[in-house]
Order: sequence, then structure tokens, then C-alpha cells
Amino acid sequence: MTMMKKLLTSAIASAMMAGGAQAAISNDTVKIGYLADMSGTYRDLAGPNGQKALEMAIADFGGNVNGKKIEVVSADDRNSPDTSSSTVRRWVENENVDMVAGMVASSVSIAVSKILEENDRLGIISGSAASSITNEHCTPNHIHYVYDTYPLANGTASAVVKEGGKTWYMLTADYAFGHSLESDVKNVVEANGGEIIGAVRHPFPTQDFSSFILQAQASGADVIGLANAGADTTNAITTASEFGVTQSGQTLAALLLFLTDVHALGAQTAQGIQLTTGWYWDMNDETREWSDRFMKETGVRPTMVHAGIYSSAMQYLNAVAATGSDDAQTVRKQMMDTPINDMFAKNGRIRVDGRMVHDMYLAEVKTPAESKNEWDLYKILRTIPAEEAYRPLSESKCKLVNN
Amino acid sequence: MSMIFGVPLAVLFGQLLIGIINGAFYALLSLGLAVIFGLLKIINFAHGAMYMLGAMVTVLMFDAMGINYWVALFGAPLVVGTFGVLIEYFLLRRIAGQDHIYSLLLTFGVALIIQGVLINWFGVSGLRYTMPDVFKGGVNLGFMFMPYYRAWVIVAALLVCFGTWFVIEKTKLGSYLRAGTEDSQLMQGFGINVPLLISVTYGFGVALAAFAGVLAAPIYSVTPVMGSSTLIVVFAVVVIGGMGSIGGAIITGILMGVIEGLTKTFYPPASSAVIFLVMVLVLMFRPSGLFGKEA
Repeated sequence: MTMMKKLLTSAIASAMMAGGAQAAISNDTVKIGYLADMSGTYRDLAGPNGQKALEMAIADFGGNVNGKKIEVVSADDRNSPDTSSSTVRRWVENENVDMVAGMVASSVSIAVSKILEENDRLGIISGSAASSITNEHCTPNHIHYVYDTYPLANGTASAVVKEGGKTWYMLTADYAFGHSLESDVKNVVEANGGEIIGAVRHPFPTQDFSSFILQAQASGADVIGLANAGADTTNAITTASEFGVTQSGQTLAALLLFLTDVHALGAQTAQGIQLTTGWYWDMNDETREWSDRFMKETGVRPTMVHAGIYSSAMQYLNAVAATGSDDAQTVRKQMMDTPINDMFAKNGRIRVDGRMVHDMYLAEVKTPAESKNEWDLYKILRTIPAEEAYRPLSESKCKLVNN
Repeated sequence: MSMIFGVPLAVLFGQLLIGIINGAFYALLSLGLAVIFGLLKIINFAHGAMYMLGAMVTVLMFDAMGINYWVALFGAPLVVGTFGVLIEYFLLRRIAGQDHIYSLLLTFGVALIIQGVLINWFGVSGLRYTMPDVFKGGVNLGFMFMPYYRAWVIVAALLVCFGTWFVIEKTKLGSYLRAGTEDSQLMQGFGINVPLLISVTYGFGVALAAFAGVLAAPIYSVTPVMGSSTLIVVFAVVVIGGMGSIGGAIITGILMGVIEGLTKTFYPPASSAVIFLVMVLVLMFRPSGLFGKEA
């Protein structure tokens, strides 16, 4: 009887809350907080240009939702979960931020999503990689939009194993993202008949990789897998080429490379490297048109994260306009119900665990002869269909999925 | 193959050599810090930024004017050293004789400004610098592949370190310097331009950092943030060696490179912490550092 009563009262209470929240946009403002690494190793892949992408989306949307103004605040996450947590706590508790966008380092996203869940606000993560964000760390309050380590491993690692790279030695960044990527790679490599014969976890960030490259060389593995990102990856690739890794018959597999990293390495050093990406600026007229506008604003070509920030902000604002509400659950539900068809993704959809699934691409870095200009860097080898790319819900450990 | 704690001996040799190479960088950087602290009593927190400037100037001189590596080896330290002289003349001079904390804060602020401005201009992904053709390739030593460039780093760094030590400890100019900072009024009485001496010394210390930056340009990502993480390690090296001890800084630099290299082999996750662990131990048992004079 008491059980029944409890259920009933909570049902009524939640119906009232949902009803109340659904009615309107809080404070007559849709306030978006942009959180990203603005000054450290991950700055270029999202950073200030990501904020530009967000502002482009708001301008393209018309600058207001149903006549209510849209505001943006931003902060540097300094790649620190602590700093980011206190920023986001201030945003949601005192400054009425409705949605947090950007978010790069996986450790930051995981910490921030807990705060968003406590306060029932929405987070749309575009920069992070760890697949655990929508697996064991999933919450009903965030969406993981652009890519994650599962398709990175699935795309690149399986392609490399199929080409004969059976034994792997992993160089892994020693934090949430690296661990997540390493374990996803392990699964894929083993599923394809390969083997991980050694691994070294290096501190984040590391400047000198010579010691680790030497260990990887001594292991005699066919493939050296780089489960790191940003400057760590470019430093490791430069050092590997200096120490003659490829001449000695080993292959390098960089599991996460952004356009900005490849641009920094240049086609000369990076040529032939295979990578998995969620988007590339030079795929079709739609992507080129948007990228040209982005380049006019920023002077550089967009990464997949920049495009994802634009696309997800657009989806978010559409959902707010459609429901007339900025309540996290109402908007998230509307976003889940609406397929994504824009320059970023075709038939993308947001699953119950918060994962946005869409086609991914296996790309190869062009040779200097093939590359027509400094940003003409990838050729797309294969499209990895959405359902094949991402972790199926049947394997999910997310609390929102009934397995 | 014989093993030591599960690590093949050949790998261990390789790691020792790598440790010495990295140690050469540490030696060069900590030497500059030690010169500046030992002679001027300035805690130069802008040292990492100067190292970064050395590398950036190398890349930019090449991109803009086609100036090659060999010229940059002297040119970049000269440019950065001059910049250092200006910093000393316009800023540091005004707080001379104050508590150390003032120079620390001032140089830290200068470093943040330089770094911030460059991030704004160049981003953090890194600038490209192609290695000079002479250094391409390497030699197989049996236990490891030794790129020619890394061998050059050891030679160049050690030559510059030894030269600096020699000038300061063994020459007349060095004795002027040491005396000038000991009792500047007396030295001025002997007709020596002490303020100029101080400016040049700061410029020289900074130029050493820039020289390390030029050496780093072909092998590391050249970015505006490359100095900030290095700086802290180098400070630890100076503390371990004994603040202001010139020879101590050189020996400790190489020693710490080797210790770090060995940690990377036996327990990689601790490799960023091991130098600080050594620092704590040294401070506990020998507070003035391994080579410092007892206060």
C-alpha cells in the first residue's frame, strides 16, 4: 500500500514538474555554456574556433528561439576535471546555464556530466573520445555527438589487422581517454585474430617519446598503436619517423588524429597513415560550403569537432524551438526523436544512452604529390555504416539501457 | 639475451643513451637557470618561455627568410638573448635587490604574456620544421637505432655546457662577473660597468635556453606551450643540483635524464614524477642540493 502511494505521489510530482518546465524557456533566455581547452594541448581541435562554430550556428538560427534571446558564456577547462567542475557548478547553480557545449578531455566530460545530472541540465559533448562516456558513465543528461573510441578502434584497428598487422604494441596516454581507447583496440584486434603483445602507459602530456618508441621497437610487434591525442600523437609520430620505425618494418597506427594534427605534421611526415574520422571538410558540396564559411571566420579548415559543435547546437536550438522549452529532459527527448540530416551527418540519431550514431569514415593521409594545398590531406577509403561503427546497445553497460 | 628485472640488457643500454640525450637538454636548460640565479639571484620563471622562443624563432626565421639551421643555431640565441637584455633593462632592473618572490612573479608574468600572445597567433598544434639533410638517418648500434641528430644533440649540448662552465669559473671575465654580483659597489669603484654586466649575463642565460630550443626544433613539436611543462622539471633539476651551482646543474641535468629514462623503462606512469621524488629526498637530506654550498 505504502509502495503504491509512493509511486503515485512521485508520478504526480514528476508530471507536475515536467508540465511546469515544459511550458516555457527559463528566465526567457536560452543560455549555452561553451567549455573547452582554450590554451593547452587540445586547443586547436576545438578551442576558440569551436566557440566560433557555436556562434555561427546561433547566427544561422536567427539569433533567437521563439523570440527569446540566446546567450553564450565560455570558459577554459584547462584540461582539468576540478577546474571544469567548479566552472560548470557555478554556471548551472548561479548563472542559469541551460546547456553545456564543447567539452574535450574525456576526464573533463565525465566529471561535468555528473554535475549536469545532479542539476538536471543538458550537456552535448563534441570533443571527447572515451566510449565510456555513454557506457558506464552514461547519464540521462548528456549526449555524445561526434565520435568515440569504439569506432576509432573499429575503423583503424580492424583495417590494420586485416592488412596483416597481427601483433600490436600500444603507447597509451595514461588517463580515462587512453585507457578507454586501449581497451576498445584490444577487443577489435583480438576479435580479428591479432594480439596485443605489450603496452606502455605514458604520462599526459609527454614531450619526449624516444624512450617509449625504443621499447616499442624492441618488442618486435608488427604495429605500434598510438592511443593518445593532440601533441602527444604528433610528437610520437615525429619521433617514430626519426628512429626509423617504418624502415624496420613496423607500422604506425594513430588511432585518434584530428585534421589539425595532420596539418601540423604535414603530408610529408604523415603520408599513408590511416585514421578514422567522423567528418571531413572536403567530402561534398555541403561540407565544403560550410567549411568555406568557417575558414572565412577563423582562417583554418574545421575539424570534425568544429563541425559537430555547429551541427549539435543547431539540433539543440531546433529542439528548443519545437518544444518551446529549455528543460533538459524535454529537449533531449525531442533531439532523440529527430533524425539528424545536415552537413555533418546523414540519418544520424541519438540513442537512449546519449550516443549520437552516424556514419564514420576510414581515411588515409594523402602523399605530398596528391595533396593540392595545405588542407587537402585525406582521401576517404571507406564509409563505416553507423550500425557497424558504434558499440551496439546490446553490449552496453549504461544504466539507461535495459540489458 | 640477458635480462635485468625483466628488461633485456640491450633495451636498457638504449634507454641509458636516451636518458643521456634528454639529460643533455636538461643540463643546457638548468645551466641557464643556474647562471641567472647564481650570479643575479633572479628566479627566472620565463626560462621555459625563452626555450620555446628559441625554437619558434628558428622555425619562423626559416619560414620567413629561409635562414637555415646552422645560422639559427647562433642567430636564434642572439635574437632571444637580446630580448632577454631588454627584459632585464626595462623590467628586472626595477626590482633588483628586492625579495626573490618579486623576480619570480615578474618573470612568470612575462612568460604567460609571451606564451598567450604566441598561442593567439600560432595555435598549439605545432609548427613544422624539417631536419637538416645532414642529420637524416642514423646508425644501428646493435642495441638501438641511433639517429644522427640525437648524437649531435649530446655533442652540441655538452660543448656549450662545458664552455659556459669554463668561462664563468676559469676566466677573467668570469671572475669579474662573480665579483660584480658579490659586491657591485666595489666593482664599480674599480671602473667596471656592473649594470651592463648584469644585463649581458641575463641575456646570456636566456640565450642558453634559446640554444636548447634550436636543438629541440627538429625533433619536438614546436608550439607556444612546449616550454611550460619543461620549465618545472628543469627547476627541480636546479634545486637538486644546488641553486646557483654551475657545474652541479650540468651534472644533475644528465643524471636526471638518465633516472627519468630508467623510470620510463621500469615503471612508465611514474616517469613524470620521479624527478620530483628525487627532489623531495634531496631536500630532506641535503637541503642545499647535491652540489650546493652549505648555507
